[in-house]
Amino acid sequence: MHELGITQSIVDIAERTTRKHGGGRVRSVTVEIGELSGVIPDAVEFCFEVCSKGTLLEGARLVIETVPGQGRCPQCQTEQAIDNYSFACENCGAFGLERVRGEELRIKELEVD
Amino acid sequence: MCIDCGCSERTGQAHHHHDHDHDHDGRTIRVEENLLAKNDRLAAANRVRFTRHGLLTLNLVSSPGSGKTTLLETTLRALKDELRFAVLEGDQQTSNDADRIAATGVPAHQINTGAGCHLDAHMVAHGVDHFDLDNLDVLLIENVGNLVCPASFDLGEDSKVTVLSITEGEDKPLKYPQMFRAAAIVIVNKIDLLPHLDFDLDQCRQFIRQVNPQARIFELSCRSGAGMDAWYDWLRAQVAAKRQQAQS
Ligand SMILES: Nc1nc2c(ncn2[C@@H]2O[C@H](COP(=O)(O)OP(=O)(O)OP(=O)(O)O)[C@@H](O)[C@H]2O)c(=O)[nH]1
Ligand SMILES: [Zn+2]
Ligand SMILES: [Zn+2]
Ligand SMILES: [Zn+2]
Ligand SMILES: [Zn+2]
Repeated sequence: MHELGITQSIVDIAERTTRKHGGGRVRSVTVEIGELSGVIPDAVEFCFEVCSKGTLLEGARLVIETVPGQGRCPQCQTEQAIDNYSFACENCGAFGLERVRGEELRIKELEVD
Repeated sequence: MCIDCGCSERTGQAHHHHDHDHDHDGRTIRVEENLLAKNDRLAAANRVRFTRHGLLTLNLVSSPGSGKTTLLETTLRALKDELRFAVLEGDQQTSNDADRIAATGVPAHQINTGAGCHLDAHMVAHGVDHFDLDNLDVLLIENVGNLVCPASFDLGEDSKVTVLSITEGEDKPLKYPQMFRAAAIVIVNKIDLLPHLDFDLDQCRQFIRQVNPQARIFELSCRSGAGMDAWYDWLRAQVAAKRQQAQS
């Protein structure tokens, strides 16, 4: 369950950034979680209330944007939608699909009062 | 506190009881920061440090009980007169593994992660302070027994080594692809038990290749010693390459 640590970094980064920009209360925080990142959005949501308690983010809305997986075949270069369990290219059957998108794990923006 | 006017009201609601000429719609701040950025920064610093010392660093990951500690003990007993090792042991509670390593005469340091299910780069940075890096060739890190989280955390190692024991079933790579994808080396352990199980080694090899075509696979038994020489030779070669890299 490393979602606890991930959620803790959301809160840490958001607080640090807010302070740097003059402080205030955070209304909402938007994060991007790729579907191939190994992080479960529901678990982050679950941890958020606990992690944000007593911080500038207490009561803030957590907006999670999920990014679907996109891969590229090393053989035929076909781009295709992938999940964690896609191993073979849908076009030529080659293994080792390169991940083009879906491993994102970033905090995008904050709305501060 | 409202930063525009400096008044001390805390919530937006209460705030609007008095008059202002500025509006209280939230400001938007772009952040664009990776959530693992802090770990990745520390991992990069570890990597620079290890490289400067010409130190080969391996991060061993697996399910609980696949044989990581046994593999370390066996390897240390075989090679400790030839190469200089140190071992960082990640464990949630106990110091059993570190005690087992210390019994081989190789310096070991225990990192207790408590509730944490993986090691991170910060723990490793402090953990290696217990060793004299100038007098080491190989740093072995035994991660917490867990096939999920350790995949996401770079420790600054040269490679992750995923250990799979054949009692776990051949489909583990398909069930935990992240961990097998993240590893440059996969060790299939406990092959002495092959006659007693209906484990399909060929199938397993194929599954590993599906998830990670580049993985270097070793099939061995810490108990019988089968396949250990190939692993030792690989270690020797890696250490030699690392030394050369540090000198150039
Ligand atoms: N038959 C057989 N048993 C083995 C082999 N290697 C390890 N074992 C046994 O597997 C059990 C677990 O081994 P450990 O080395 O403690 O496993 P580990 O991965 O360090 O376990 P955790 O630290 O708890 O994750 C022990 O009883 C070992 O004796 C092997 O090659 N063959
Ligand atoms: Zn293809
Ligand atoms: Zn162990
Ligand atoms: Zn974890
Ligand atoms: Zn520190």
